Amino acid sequence: MLAWTIYISFLAALLLLLLPKNSAAAARLLALLAAIAGFAVALTAFIHHRTGELLTITRIPWIPSLGIEYHLAADGISLCLVLLTGIVAIAGILFSWNIEHRTKEFFAFYLLLIGSVYGVFLSYDLFLLFVFYEIVIIPKYFLIAIWGSTRKEYGAMKLALYSFVGSAMVLIGLIAAYVTSGIHTMSLTRLAQAHFSPHFQLMAFPLVFIGFAILAGLWPFHTWAPTGHVAAPTAASMLLAGVVMKLGAYGCLRVAMTLFPLGLSPWGFHILGLGSWRDVFAILAIIGIIYGASVALVQKDFKFVIGYSSVSHMGFILLGLMTLNQIGLSGAIIQMFSHGILAGLLFATVGRMVYDRTHTRDLNILGPMNLNKAIPFAAITFVIAGMASMGLPGFSGFVAELMILIGAWRAFPILALCVGLGILIGIVYVWRAMQKAFFADATHGEAVTNDHHTSSTEALPPITLPERLGALLLIATSVTIGLYPQILLKLIVPALNSPLFDGIRRGSWQ
Amino acid sequence: MTYTHLLHLALPEVIIVITSVIVLAVDLLILRNSATKTRFTAASLLATLGCAAAICHLVYAPQRANLLNGVFLSNPLINSVQIILLVLSIFILLLSSDSTFTDHVGEFVTLILFATIGMMFLVATEDLLVLFLSLELLSLSLYILTAFDKLNPRSSEAALKYFLFGAMSAAFLLFGFSLFYGFANSTSFAQIAAAIHAAPLNPIVVIAIVTTLVGFGFKVAAVPFHFWAPDVYQAAPIPAATFIASSSKVASFFIFFKFMTIALNGASGGAAWMHFATGWTPALALIAAASMILGNLVAIRQTSVRRLLAYSAIAHAGYMLLAIVAHTPQSLSALLYYVTTYALTTIGAFAIVGVVEQQTGSDHLSSFNGLSRRAPILSACLFVFMLSLAGIPPLAGFFGKFFLFVAVISTPGLVWLAILAIAGSAVSLYYYLQVLKRAYVTNPDDDAPLKTPPFTQLVIVLLAASVILFGCVPNLLIH
Repeated sequence: MLAWTIYISFLAALLLLLLPKNSAAAARLLALLAAIAGFAVALTAFIHHRTGELLTITRIPWIPSLGIEYHLAADGISLCLVLLTGIVAIAGILFSWNIEHRTKEFFAFYLLLIGSVYGVFLSYDLFLLFVFYEIVIIPKYFLIAIWGSTRKEYGAMKLALYSFVGSAMVLIGLIAAYVTSGIHTMSLTRLAQAHFSPHFQLMAFPLVFIGFAILAGLWPFHTWAPTGHVAAPTAASMLLAGVVMKLGAYGCLRVAMTLFPLGLSPWGFHILGLGSWRDVFAILAIIGIIYGASVALVQKDFKFVIGYSSVSHMGFILLGLMTLNQIGLSGAIIQMFSHGILAGLLFATVGRMVYDRTHTRDLNILGPMNLNKAIPFAAITFVIAGMASMGLPGFSGFVAELMILIGAWRAFPILALCVGLGILIGIVYVWRAMQKAFFADATHGEAVTNDHHTSSTEALPPITLPERLGALLLIATSVTIGLYPQILLKLIVPALNSPLFDGIRRGSWQ
Repeated sequence: MTYTHLLHLALPEVIIVITSVIVLAVDLLILRNSATKTRFTAASLLATLGCAAAICHLVYAPQRANLLNGVFLSNPLINSVQIILLVLSIFILLLSSDSTFTDHVGEFVTLILFATIGMMFLVATEDLLVLFLSLELLSLSLYILTAFDKLNPRSSEAALKYFLFGAMSAAFLLFGFSLFYGFANSTSFAQIAAAIHAAPLNPIVVIAIVTTLVGFGFKVAAVPFHFWAPDVYQAAPIPAATFIASSSKVASFFIFFKFMTIALNGASGGAAWMHFATGWTPALALIAAASMILGNLVAIRQTSVRRLLAYSAIAHAGYMLLAIVAHTPQSLSALLYYVTTYALTTIGAFAIVGVVEQQTGSDHLSSFNGLSRRAPILSACLFVFMLSLAGIPPLAGFFGKFFLFVAVISTPGLVWLAILAIAGSAVSLYYYLQVLKRAYVTNPDDDAPLKTPPFTQLVIVLLAASVILFGCVPNLLIH
């Protein structure tokens, strides 16, 4: 049943291409229906999900000579991220309602991307997972290169090549694991119990982990993220930050850490105080948190602020993964969900509500436009999204970051203090962006308002219904998770206690 | 063994010979005064029928034989390679049915058939003499095919270059073969293998190995014997370029693999990283590495799509050589899968370049601007072909690479080559995307829809469908 999330998206993408010319309205509607159908399927599976169950959807031999299966399955973690994909997909379509240029193709690429993302989250055969993971690259490239803005071809190519290099590293690691295990299978569950030698795991783990982490925005491999996000059209940056970066983090957890848990064990010697890959990646994650936040602090371009904030928030996820304790790992997964929603909301506000109306993203130009009066809905949405992203209680970001912090405190007490610094800077950059973009007149008084600007603000078209719906959907999700995180936790915690994660548990909870 | 027996065994080849005579006769005697296009259509359809008849014979009356200690063999593996070659020839013939570049239609199609016969004998032998003869039949046909566009001076230039390089490499090959003969007192692969086992790495054998590598390296366009490839790919008439890029590669790689693994198995040495052992594998590993690096890097700078495909072909030859370096049974099947799907993809890509070139007059990247709006179906097929070449799943090219890399990594010590190959394919995405970027992102210079001959378009769509099909269900090809 859950497999239909994939098939519906691919079928709809194909149908879109077959639509006659000049049928933009039909294309939008079809895409929206497909996204809603996908979400409905995911929601049904979520409601019927029994705690701790590993739901096998399909399992048929695909390439028997290599032991490769077409194996789709879902545990709590997959389900969580499938739900996220469903929500962000709907919101993304609502926020791209104004796409007039080659509408059909836009939504076809969009749904191709969505379908493959579902595919990654549902694959339990590593080969299949890799196939879906690579398909994602192509629609991403075209979405940005055709419908993007600032330096779109550069941003798109950079993104595609970074992703491809990452997946090349993953491919080497996977083939090495396949060959070394000698059990002639690509099944995740069977390879996870293959007991690779510690030496092999220490070599393969960083390869596969970095391969995936490139897409998760791990510092210093994050540089594709801000340029890619800024160049992308709104819906694509929502998907990029919302779900595609999660693919990387998901791969780190599901593939790298599950297959090679001993890769996280100590090397037996120290370099610069670092004694294992776990230390290395935790430090990189924290550098990412602080670096992303600090760079976001000085950006002039509104979208770059959000782009770098994504790097910072993705750092939390990677840090959560490296804590290796239950609370940190659950926090990381909730952060994946939460950041997916919030990044979607922030990019929607900046890209669709503000940029599509004002045609500038320069904070210094936006300031005098009096946007909080001209488009109050955008201002309110951004305030809410900003607060959620700062980690104010009541929103999903708070739950996630708190859990990661507790986990990090247990695992690396000193580093956890540095994370606090990152959170502080996080509050400042959101505040600064909010003030500069929407409430500049309040601080500078009447001085900056002149006739020219008042006239330009009056001309701004009002916020449309699809935008309102999309924003409400995302805000409602974030608040629901913030107030009642148990919805996700009851999926995640049993999944983390499943046999699949034995290796990680043994490593950390000795 | 009688001649009837021999003819019976070689019936598929005989059928093709007869077909070529018929094609020539029909074209020169009956259709002489018809329009070039009609003549091309008739000739290529006749030739297609002949190939189809040969395929039917191979499928329904397969033989198993070994004549004169390997001079002529027939077994299921060889039969399937011959079927693949014939199918590729059919595609090339069908795609050339709309051509108009020459008046000598019968000769052109006959030469394609001759080349096909050469390839069929080439893959069916384990004897140096027949190997050399059939290789020359193939090569000579290809030299002439390259020069066939007489109105285009670059075609003649490319052919001359191809011929001079080819003649030189044939000389190297023959020299190597004569040394093997002197060493083993026989031209049969098996006898040579036995002689080498008795005395591996005799200086004569080393010289012979080196010169043979030069000869084969030229055929498969591996660095540093690749200089002819870009010019030939760029200037040869499209069907000839397609033939050189696709089926001739299949045949050459197959016989290359067989010669290396059967005859020279005793002198393979080792290509493990930092543990090179004398033999042909380290040499071949270096050739493969150089091809992958140079092919991929130079392709980045190309602005002519045909030259881009030529350099990418050099890189692909590098990947395929890895299968020979690994020389395991698994790597043979990986190689066959790879080279077959690669050939299908290349035929499709060249066909599209041909259509675009015919309409816009150039194969420059900018001719592809906005192709997605001028010819949506064609550019969708281009999308499939380019991504398959880049190795994006779920297309055939990805599985080819995957099988190949699994085979290579399974062989101890060759991980470094696999890493190099995977890094190379990451680079290759850049230039394949450049072509697709022109087709999908850049706005067209000219909004007029591109006129694609319906039949050509059908064949191209068929090729794209087969690339997708072999990607989604790779079992179909793995025998």
